[in-house]
Amino acid sequence: MATSAAPPGDDDGAELTPRRRGRSARLKRGLRWLGSTLLTSCITLVGLLVVTFALGRVLPSDPVLRVVGDRASQEQYDEVFRQLRLDRPLTEQFAAYASEMVRGDFGQSLVTRNPISADIARYFPATFELATVAILLGVLFGIPIGVMCAQYANRLPDHLGRMVSLIGYSVPVFWLGIVGLLVFYAKLEWVAGPGRLDTVYRYSVPEVTHLMLIDTALAGEWDAFRNAVSHLVLPASLLGLIALGYIARMTRSFLLWQLRQDYTTVLRVKGLSDAAIIWRHALYNAAGPVLAIVALTYAYLLEGAVLTETVFAWPGLGMYITDSLFASDVPAVLTATLLVGVIFMVVNIASEVIQAALDPRSRLA
Amino acid sequence: MSSLSHSLQWLSSDTPATRTQAKLGAIYRLLRRFLTHPIGVLGLIMVALIVLAALFATWLPLADPVAQSLDQRLLPPSALHWLGTDTLGRDILSRVIHGARPTLAIVALVLLISVPIGLLVGAAAGLWGGWVDAVLMRVADVFLAFPRLILAIAVAAALSAGLWTAVIAIAATGWPPYARVARAEIAALRRSEFIQAAKAIGVSPLRLLVRHALPLSLPSAFVRAALDAPGIVLIVAGLGFLGVGLPPPQPEWGAMVAEGRALVFEAWWVSTLPGVMILWLSLGFNFVGDAMRDVVDPGVK
Repeated sequence: MATSAAPPGDDDGAELTPRRRGRSARLKRGLRWLGSTLLTSCITLVGLLVVTFALGRVLPSDPVLRVVGDRASQEQYDEVFRQLRLDRPLTEQFAAYASEMVRGDFGQSLVTRNPISADIARYFPATFELATVAILLGVLFGIPIGVMCAQYANRLPDHLGRMVSLIGYSVPVFWLGIVGLLVFYAKLEWVAGPGRLDTVYRYSVPEVTHLMLIDTALAGEWDAFRNAVSHLVLPASLLGLIALGYIARMTRSFLLWQLRQDYTTVLRVKGLSDAAIIWRHALYNAAGPVLAIVALTYAYLLEGAVLTETVFAWPGLGMYITDSLFASDVPAVLTATLLVGVIFMVVNIASEVIQAALDPRSRLA
Repeated sequence: MSSLSHSLQWLSSDTPATRTQAKLGAIYRLLRRFLTHPIGVLGLIMVALIVLAALFATWLPLADPVAQSLDQRLLPPSALHWLGTDTLGRDILSRVIHGARPTLAIVALVLLISVPIGLLVGAAAGLWGGWVDAVLMRVADVFLAFPRLILAIAVAAALSAGLWTAVIAIAATGWPPYARVARAEIAALRRSEFIQAAKAIGVSPLRLLVRHALPLSLPSAFVRAALDAPGIVLIVAGLGFLGVGLPPPQPEWGAMVAEGRALVFEAWWVSTLPGVMILWLSLGFNFVGDAMRDVVDPGVK
């Protein structure tokens, strides 16, 4: 790499001392990686915009009539026709659409007549709270189960863990929600039913963050807080079970890969116990991919939330999507779709950054 | 009997005389390894039961799945109606069995579309590299960025709900993972000697792609397809549950769960039993896929 023949200013930086050269080369490589990641994300974003734009165009119904209704006069019709830029060429329409979306101007919901951005800001915190508690549960139980499976690979605990994981990602979450409500709410009365908070508390708690657990705690309303927990615990555990399945399974296979490496053999020869090798060495080395999987699972939970929210009357993004769908509010559905797509994209990048930060080897690829 | 043992010997021969014999022998050995895997066999039985029931649904002694009899509404499971009846007095057992058909049809169609497309795209990207690779993989990234269920909902909102809408929407987000794996596998072998040799004797690029590169990633694609199937089952059921699946009165599992949801506290069987079928089928596919992964690639167990 560092031949003295390299011209100054080349990648190799032959003039520099070895130590400084290493740092600047690393910085350069990091910047190049960041640049290519950003470029890729921009391309993905344009792709997302093309798809949602196209979906908005292929509709069988007339977009103007969706706004003005059937009884509008010809003048009204023409005005909206121009407002929607339907008289402009398609490329121009797309450019205007893309710039509006990027600026956060999502237009108006046909049903609520609010700006879609305001609607989403109101619905999103509920989904965020649900998915976050679920992923915390998934990590809290999933990683120890994965470790246990790796430690007792192909023995009874591993088989049990495998069954739990497989059931976790085979179960239809909306059905599990109904069964859960039937058993834990109707029969056993352990948890509160659908919704985020009982009506009694709904107007006594000032909404600051729109996250019920935090709002009730900030207000010092501990009865309301307990009520919020009681509403949250069932939907969050069901989503958490799905997260647990993925996280446990992937943790297991990353750990098994680490346990086949030479360094674990060395540790074993030195007399370390299996548990010490896994918890103190292998898990640390597998942390990058495990956290990447956690990030991806988190994005996936946003999708699972669509179905869970419907069952639990949870006023989140998923409920907004399905309600808009049935009201034929296409702009709202497509904007929410775009938003979830962007979240997916951001989480993907985050998982790559986490992996690169924790594991220098993954930066080489 | 002796002809059977003879043909088994032919299959497991160490010195196959023809290419066909070698190929069939390899499949036979994989099959034998699969059949020693208890979870895999269990999964295969679970899936096979549903497939057989769906295929022979019309010949089974079942009530008409769409015939309503309002005097027999919401009957609990009994000797006459094994799984009870729904709000319109229709036999749930019959509806559950007939409901397997659209689900299995969509799974099969989605896999038939997304696996070949994914393999071709991935093989092309891996084999040729350069700008072909860059462009194809960016396209794959775009479709991978979409949450599958939500894109399917959006497509159903834009087009009308139905079998083909569901297939298109699910297949659109289904092919990129196949492409990614195939690309990685084939890119690793791009510079290997047999590819160079094929190029040297003047094999056309298309033939190189289809006959020399693509078969390399078939085994992993089969495993991936088996593990992909339960996800498709769940999306189909989810779409049906949200009411953007098949139009009623056609029986469909997700829609049946939704129908019984409002009265689950009075008539639990209407909603819960179709859900058991969804779990059964997707668990069966997952068992098969999990076992296939062990069999095809014991290294990554």
